[in-house]
Formats: sequence, C-alpha cells, structure tokens
Amino acid sequence: MTWNFILGNLIVSAGAFFLLVGSVGLVRLPDFYSRAHATGKSDTLGIILTTLGLIVHEGLTLNSVKLALLLVFVGLTSPTGTHALTRAAFRSGLKPWFAKDDPRPRSCPTEADDCPLDDAPEPKDDD
Amino acid sequence: MDKYFVYLGLVLAVIIFIPLYRILRGPTLFDRMLGAGAVGTKTMVLIIVIGLIFNRLDMFIDITLAYAVLNFIGTIAVAKYLTATKTRGRR
Repeated sequence: MTWNFILGNLIVSAGAFFLLVGSVGLVRLPDFYSRAHATGKSDTLGIILTTLGLIVHEGLTLNSVKLALLLVFVGLTSPTGTHALTRAAFRSGLKPWFAKDDPRPRSCPTEADDCPLDDAPEPKDDD
Repeated sequence: MDKYFVYLGLVLAVIIFIPLYRILRGPTLFDRMLGAGAVGTKTMVLIIVIGLIFNRLDMFIDITLAYAVLNFIGTIAVAKYLTATKTRGRR
C-alpha cells in the first residue's frame, strides 16, 4: 500500500464515476443534442482519468508509455467522433428539442422520446 | 489490492448495460450510434482493467488500441454515410 496505489485508485474511481455520469445522461436527457453533450464530454473525461490513474498506478514502465499514447489518441478521437455525428444529425435536418415547444408537462421531459421530432410529415420507408 | 480492480471491473460491466437502453429504444439512428460509441468507450476501460486482473497488461493495451481505432472509424463512417443520404430524423 504505497502512495501511487492510493493515488492511482482514487483517480481511477473518479474516472469510473464520470463514465457512470455519461451513461445516466445518455438515458435521461430529452433529445439527441443534449445526449451528445452529456456522453461526449463525460466519457472522454472518464477514460482520460481512468488511463491517467493506471499510469500513476504502473509507474514509469513501457506499459505506462503505451497507456499515455492511448490517452492522447482517445482524447483526440472521442470528441471528433461525437462532433462528426452531431454535425451529420444537424445537416440531415434533425431539429433540437425546446421545452417551450413541448406540449407535455415539464414534470416528465423524458417522455419526449415518443413525440415526433419535427413538424415535417413522417418519411416513407421506400428504400 | 487486487480486489479493487475486480470490483472496478464488476462496476464497469454494470455501467456498460446502461447505454444499451438508448441503443434499443433510441428515437433516431443518431441516438443509436451515440449509444454504440458510449458502449465502445466503456469497453475499452473494461479491457484494460481485465488486463490488470490477469497481469497481462502489455497484451491487453494493444487490444485496447485496436479497439479505439475501430470505434473511431466506425463512428466516422456512419456519420459520413448519414450525411450523404439525407435521413430526416429517420427511425
């Protein structure tokens, strides 16, 4: 039980907490853009903290260098993937959800999953 | 001290199942892809923790790097495809 075990386990626990926050936000929030907001940032922070805690836990070895490479790669690619997906959704005409446009009561905002996404008629399944 | 990573792996295995709700019941295709990306991110952490439990961290880090590349390329490819084919909030 040395200091790097304790510090590494604390940082890894913080990362697991942020992964849990990202998952709960992905389920609870009302529309696609807010879900992307929740899971994009929280998951990136969670995996960065987890990898950082494992680097502290390992010390200065070849494994910690590979973990640092993984940290840099995930820190670059995870926000890029979320951004590309969000831009594809915006360009294909997905409207954001506003609370003032929603006729449902404010007490059950997650029920907005069941309402149609915009005023356009439903697209026909032709392809 | 090894017990800590076993418990962390169990907690992560529970956390992985939460975005599956969004994959199964997402209103649009984008929600499903977002949930798939979240599951991939959590799976990467779980693979590293399994490598620590089995004391083969060098091999499992390489698997995690390959998984990160696959997750990124899959998300980018689906985003490109959905931009090209004008799906208007398709279910």
